[in-house]
Amino acid sequence: MSETFILEARALRKYFPTGASKMLQRPTDLVRAVDDVSFGLRRGSTLAIVGESGCGKTTLGRLLARLIEPTAGSVVLDGVDLTAASARELLELRRDIQLVFQDPYACLNPRHSIGQSIGTPIRIQKTLDKAAEKARVRELMELVGLNPEHYNRFPHEFSGGQRQRAGIARALALQPKVIIADEPVSALDVSIQSQILNLMEDLQTSLGLSYVFVAHDLSVVRHIADEVAVMYLGKIVEIGDPESVYRRTAHPYTKALLSAVPVADPRRAAGRQRIVLTGDVPSPVNPPSGCRFRTRCPKAAERCAAEEPVLSARSGDQPSGHRVACHFPE
Amino acid sequence: MTLLSVQDLHVTFGTADGAVRAVQGVSFDVEPGETVAIVGESGSGKSVTANSLLRLNFGADVRIDGRILLEGRDILAMDETQIRSVRGREVAMIFQDPLTALNPFYTVGHQIAEAFAIHHPGTPKRELRKIALESLNKVGIPEPSKRIDQYPHEFSGGMRQRIVIAIALVNSPKLLIADEPTTALDVTVQAQILELIAQMQAEHGSAVILITHDLGVVAEITERVMVMYAGRVVESASVADTFLTPTHPYTRGLLKSVKSLDAGRHERLESIPGIPPSLINLPSGCPFHPRCAYAESLGGRCETETPALHLVGSSRSACHLPDERLLGLLGGGV
Repeated sequence: MSETFILEARALRKYFPTGASKMLQRPTDLVRAVDDVSFGLRRGSTLAIVGESGCGKTTLGRLLARLIEPTAGSVVLDGVDLTAASARELLELRRDIQLVFQDPYACLNPRHSIGQSIGTPIRIQKTLDKAAEKARVRELMELVGLNPEHYNRFPHEFSGGQRQRAGIARALALQPKVIIADEPVSALDVSIQSQILNLMEDLQTSLGLSYVFVAHDLSVVRHIADEVAVMYLGKIVEIGDPESVYRRTAHPYTKALLSAVPVADPRRAAGRQRIVLTGDVPSPVNPPSGCRFRTRCPKAAERCAAEEPVLSARSGDQPSGHRVACHFPE
Repeated sequence: MTLLSVQDLHVTFGTADGAVRAVQGVSFDVEPGETVAIVGESGSGKSVTANSLLRLNFGADVRIDGRILLEGRDILAMDETQIRSVRGREVAMIFQDPLTALNPFYTVGHQIAEAFAIHHPGTPKRELRKIALESLNKVGIPEPSKRIDQYPHEFSGGMRQRIVIAIALVNSPKLLIADEPTTALDVTVQAQILELIAQMQAEHGSAVILITHDLGVVAEITERVMVMYAGRVVESASVADTFLTPTHPYTRGLLKSVKSLDAGRHERLESIPGIPPSLINLPSGCPFHPRCAYAESLGGRCETETPALHLVGSSRSACHLPDERLLGLLGGGV
């Protein structure tokens, strides 16, 4: 297993306590942000995790790098259990798994020069001395398309796209194996998004990186993913090769999500059938019984309220690995 | 009669670093009941243009020149009382972030009623409540009689945007300006809101100006598109022409940057090189020339001379390239 997978999530759960009662000194409710999620990230490939706000995709990304502790389950990075590591071991393991964040304005310290920010992981991990750090940072800046002469400039002197390049350079500083990118392009302008996505693809090829790419935008994911997982209320409802998931969609939620994406072509926009979901995502504190999507699902039946569907192979589809959690898949 | 006619609009903000020329010479008309999109990236001047239509550009050092005629009356020449009678009654606005657009201290029912009462003083309380209830019902809020007494924080993002739309439409405005109305929302909710705007427009017969950076949203609901870049309109055309035969190199680049659900795996994305210019230090000539692949072929003209919007085929385009190149080389769609 771990031969092919660089990163594995095994039955991951994260419950956040909420509505704490002072008298009982214990939480009265739990937000089930991530509820029994398992997958494997193949070496050198990109797994995209897609869903709407509140589906648990960001929490999942943070669990994978152990920025937060899981309630249950484990994360295995290149054969080593990240969730069982001690603080000292974890520091070392983190060299192999780095993050890129959504907001390029918030993720850089405004009082540090861009070069200082990019070099921060090197100083924390003490992998290089001062002179070597500076040389490495310049090299990284070049790698991501920043002018190394701008080493001493501050974040406010850069555009959003350039800042995201700096964020990527910082993530690469320790030569990681895996990068968790949480909505890395959603704060950027359309023309700049393409530049950053192309950069990430180039880096993947030249450095042999593996990506977990968290996004809400199915069309962005289409360009970069080798595997796509759709999340709804803390659970993966459909996962597989994007070719299969996009063209032979099995889950009604994925179908609705795909049909909601605005198409930049007036001829097709007029002709296509759109599934507009009613209502909002239910609260993850009290998710619906059985299938969590049933309250908004056009196909919901009695069975959906009683029995939770298990993520299993799409019928007649075993070889492609396309799995779906639905009692009535398409 | 033309509903809105914007003529040679210029908006400049004075800052410590120098004058920011946010809008430079924008002109366009909106006919009654029409839907027009203004498309552009951040800093293109699209929101500043929208805000100018109701004189919402605040700040000490703002200079607005040109004419904005609403059914022949110049908005820029109105006094404070006159402009107030236009705001919210004849022209209403929907903003990007529904949470900041609503007052957290008042119930949503109060806020809808207030928008009506301001323009209809003396309306009895019971009548106002009835109007608020009807509005909530129309924009698809379930259980309106219970929800009317709730506060903004008790609603989801999509529901809040429905309430903002209810407020905007309570006076049946002639023109609705929607500034990135779905950008803060999830895709499935975005689809609901776009449908609601289209449906409300059909019902009230309002014209809509939709400000957005998302070409997908544009293709779904508008008839006419203006593409802005660095404070200028670079292309103005019907939605079909914009998408199928874009003429301006920037429009074409923007369309090519749009991600497609039908893309092949790891299919390389086309992108526009470089970054949008600083509005304080604008490039000479055509503001797009430093990023344009065709600028060199015109031997320096793009660096010295700002191209004017002119008719190319059935579109209007601001580019020095000869018409046949704009139509021939650049056409062919996405």
